[in-house]
Amino acid sequence: MIEFKLPSLGADMDEGKLLEWKVSPGNTVKKGQVVAVVDTSKAAVDVEIWCEGTVFELLVAPGDTIPVGTVMATLLEAGESPLAPRAGRGVGGEGPGPAHPLRSPLPPAGEGVIAGRRRISPAARKHAEELGVDIETVVGTGPEGAVTLADVELAIAAKVRLPKTAATPDKSAEMRRAIAAAMSRSKREIPHYYLSEPVPIRRATEWLAKVNEGRPITSRLLMAVVQLKAVALALKKFPEMNGFFRDGAFQPAAAAHIGVAISLRQGGLIAPAIHDVGDKTPEQLMLDLTDLVKRARAGSLRSSEMSDPTITVTNLGEQGVAAVYGVIYPPQVALVGFGRIVEQPWVENGALTIMPVVTASLAADHRVSDGHRGALFLAELRDLLQQPENL
Amino acid sequence: MQEEELRAVVIATLKTIAPEVEEGDLRPDRPLRNQVDLDSMDWLNFLIGLHEKLKVDIPEADYAKLVTLGDVLDYLKKKLA
Repeated sequence: MIEFKLPSLGADMDEGKLLEWKVSPGNTVKKGQVVAVVDTSKAAVDVEIWCEGTVFELLVAPGDTIPVGTVMATLLEAGESPLAPRAGRGVGGEGPGPAHPLRSPLPPAGEGVIAGRRRISPAARKHAEELGVDIETVVGTGPEGAVTLADVELAIAAKVRLPKTAATPDKSAEMRRAIAAAMSRSKREIPHYYLSEPVPIRRATEWLAKVNEGRPITSRLLMAVVQLKAVALALKKFPEMNGFFRDGAFQPAAAAHIGVAISLRQGGLIAPAIHDVGDKTPEQLMLDLTDLVKRARAGSLRSSEMSDPTITVTNLGEQGVAAVYGVIYPPQVALVGFGRIVEQPWVENGALTIMPVVTASLAADHRVSDGHRGALFLAELRDLLQQPENL
Repeated sequence: MQEEELRAVVIATLKTIAPEVEEGDLRPDRPLRNQVDLDSMDWLNFLIGLHEKLKVDIPEADYAKLVTLGDVLDYLKKKLA
């Protein structure tokens, strides 16, 4: 039996409200298929499943708000037969199944029939006591369902958000709170260091103008795409900027799934991923970026786009600033920023010239990398942007 | 196409990108992108919208001429003449 849990939708989303199921018991599902739509403070997210199987039982009803990690459904693996349905639910409840769901997300008091002793980390227990959270109500997501410090923080965040005053929840206030929680966590946990480098951008702008000259307006490229591709290629040589810091250790990512910071017109921002940026052509990236921005603004994203970013790129140059020093989005370990393209005096081959320059910056996690490597990364990024035709 | 009609098309296209825009608040002589928060993706989508509705070709080399709402209207008027 496979337990399908509400996946993490990014550091600033700890719960979601099920809007609808896209599958019914008996349906077979493929990896990556959208099985449910969950509303979060930022967007209605199409939740994709991570495995193949046959839907056995749906455990959450539309309208329910559930924390990340809640078991939403059970599935049968290929060849598995439904011999042990949960008592009282499903068909033919006479099998030797457990009397209660093994891991209900929030067992009501007095009804917590949980297999074996609950594993609770001492730090989690202490933290919960300090903050007045009943540790027995916290969902464990650690090894063998252990309750970790992170689970307690999640439960606290969910609790803090509970007093929803009016009947109409204020979406933008909710988003503000979610961003505040994630960014506070980032600044509390991640020792940031910041670097910046002026990057001459004449070759890239001229190359882009030439590429776009012969194209209809509907297939022209933006500089943002050139920058994204350059970041992805630079990451290949600097894997310590690309991945997640989890459970006290860095886990490098195999591919560059770049989170693109997109400002929302009603306020707030969201940074969903474009997958496998390093393997895509600028044309494909342009299609992906256009689609992503459109869906982010319309509030319709996929769960993998929310949970997969291995690094974030922000381009505040659009708003006219020369440089941006970002706050890393946990559990990521780096954020690359691009400022506005500025014409400035520049010395090239011993002569003074006027050069369009963009300031590239890096905010990185000092637990994972040092300034020296960060500097080399920005230098690599600068060099890649001098050969736009190779991107 | 009459000038008023053209203006209505331009404003309607702008509103598909930035629904919060109030026509009365737009100064025709001030840079459009400073008055309406448009990034380069929004700007491109705005021009694509005009291209699709009015069937005009807008080469990238002409983007620099399109700064104010007045510029956009003048440019389109000439293209449609």
